[in-house]
Amino acid sequence: MSEKELRRKEIKAAGDLKRVMSDYYYRMDRISRGEEEGKIAWCSSVGPAELLRAFGFEVYYPENHGATLGATRTAMDYIPLANAIGYSPEICSYLTSDVGSYLKGETPLSRLYPGIESVPKPDLLAYNTNQCRDVQEWFEFYGREFDVPVVGINSPRALVEVRDIDIANVVGQLKAMIPTLEEVSGQKFDIDGFKESLRLSRRCSELWGELLGLAKHLPSPWTFFDGTIHMGPAVCLRGTQEAIDYYELLKRELKERIESGVAAVDGERFRLYWEGMPIWGKLRDLSEQFSELRACVVVSTYCNSWIFSAFDEKNPFESMAQAYTEIFINRAERVKEEYIERMVREYQVDGIIFHDSRTCPNNSNARYSMPQRLEKRLGLPCLVIDADLNDLRCYSEEQTRTNIEALIEQLEEIRG
Amino acid sequence: MGDDGYFVGLDIGAVTTKAVIVDTAKGILASFVKKTGADLEGSANEAFEEALKRAGLSREEIRSITATGFGRKSVPFAQETVTEISCHSRGCYHYFPQEITVVDIGGQDNKIIRLNAEGKRVGFKINRKCAAGTGAFLEEMAYRLDIPLGDLDGLARSSSNAAEIGSYCTVFTATEVLDRIRRGEKIEEIVRGLFLSVVKRVSEMGTFSGRVIVTGGVVAFNPIVAELLSLRSGKEVEIAPHPQEMGAFGAALFALERAQKIPPS
Repeated sequence: MSEKELRRKEIKAAGDLKRVMSDYYYRMDRISRGEEEGKIAWCSSVGPAELLRAFGFEVYYPENHGATLGATRTAMDYIPLANAIGYSPEICSYLTSDVGSYLKGETPLSRLYPGIESVPKPDLLAYNTNQCRDVQEWFEFYGREFDVPVVGINSPRALVEVRDIDIANVVGQLKAMIPTLEEVSGQKFDIDGFKESLRLSRRCSELWGELLGLAKHLPSPWTFFDGTIHMGPAVCLRGTQEAIDYYELLKRELKERIESGVAAVDGERFRLYWEGMPIWGKLRDLSEQFSELRACVVVSTYCNSWIFSAFDEKNPFESMAQAYTEIFINRAERVKEEYIERMVREYQVDGIIFHDSRTCPNNSNARYSMPQRLEKRLGLPCLVIDADLNDLRCYSEEQTRTNIEALIEQLEEIRG
Repeated sequence: MGDDGYFVGLDIGAVTTKAVIVDTAKGILASFVKKTGADLEGSANEAFEEALKRAGLSREEIRSITATGFGRKSVPFAQETVTEISCHSRGCYHYFPQEITVVDIGGQDNKIIRLNAEGKRVGFKINRKCAAGTGAFLEEMAYRLDIPLGDLDGLARSSSNAAEIGSYCTVFTATEVLDRIRRGEKIEEIVRGLFLSVVKRVSEMGTFSGRVIVTGGVVAFNPIVAELLSLRSGKEVEIAPHPQEMGAFGAALFALERAQKIPPS
């Protein structure tokens, strides 16, 4: 076995993941071409997907497309095109790479799923600013381009506590969407359908949480880098049975790994927390570097962000408002720190890597001195990497690698 | 061979390559510095050979080689690689065995490394992906001003006023400098302002604790940087012995430690 093969342990369920995701994209493609009945709603990644599914919409996520543009390293071909029409290089590079690919009339989906020529056309766009305001402007762009309705929730932001007044606010905005959703879908709102999609979404989220939790095991059966690939269904297919079935399958495989003592990183020496966005174009390189250093990134804010424990079909609107308002990214520093601290304990983390993502301030938590505070309080090293989710112009290969290597040297020194 | 033998540290920086040879008493026998250029391995090899020549040694007498710096992975004849963060720490702690902050101002990047009294690293920071505040910035400015690099320190010392250089960015700074010249400001004040700009960029990176020790090529040739850093931080700032070769020296100490762990054959 070559050294490379040793470094990366493929997850067998990946074949099924490919099938689940390709079924999803081909179905949307058929709807978009008018070969199958249905309507398509574009939704921000932590937007009101369950409500959209209750109206029978197939739900497409531009952010997932953004991540695909990053991971296939095609983002760099498209970002400049969006920059040229006035979307600044300083704003979300998901937005700029996605808009750029639209302007060029290309998508990496064509290569991944032969026969698909473009992303599915929207009948409606629905966002939630719980993650950032960029999604709103991003969706407004497409609303103008496709001349379709844009609906959204403007969430109360940076909360210390999620108060009743915040829930009432979001519930009001969710309910206010209904007439537009009814009109575009041609279906009357059905509370039972909503409850069902919420129930399915909660089950998916529970499974996803359980899967991520398996990394608490020493050694961990999988890594953050595996998680970024296998989170596809948790993002795109939450609220469907397909996602649940896939995660049951993945769970069996990871449990088998634990039972037979298979480690994702051979000879795991150090366990790390990844804070912030993935660097999509460098996932493989980084995952290999960590494996070589026998360090396993066992937990991340990013993958954990699709665990929505509050969903409760008995109380659909309020619980959905709660789940989407209380997410990590929408909270004050104090709450975020407590969360990270808890994860560090539960996953037995030795060090934290903060990815300060140039174009994603909302997912960059190194900007208000959090690493310094956590370093002091937890007594473990916190490293800040300056890079970006998609814009590799903001990435320095050598500097990142040296930073990571130096962090591991520091951990070795601590351990003595 | 027992505890005898010699140990080499090679620091292949983005701008210069440094070689240092030490003996078991951790004393420096010879060192050599050359421009790195495009051929990293060739450069490491040449620096190594020259240092050997200066020490009057042959390759066979070298027990262990450790490579560090930007090009550390391009030295196939090194037995191990260690990051420059660890090497600068190791080297400085040898001279200052107490709580220190190492400030390394290199050709292409800057580092701030904090060590506790036991020499263990408490934290470190490499500058963001930008050459502002590094040696490359000073080289670019010397070129723009058409002043030999070696004259900068003396020029800056001839003035007690520093022109205000506000920009973060090397390219924008060049424009700012041209504007100062156009407005008739004195060249020595501009040069002093450029050094102050380096110091500002470094100070923004992190805080200092314990004794502050500066390393790197910039301070080796422009000690004024340490003086300005001291003025700005309000702390005494000391220049390390052989500041430019500190990374290579630290690497040589790692080579020595490594060889001592392995029983001689």
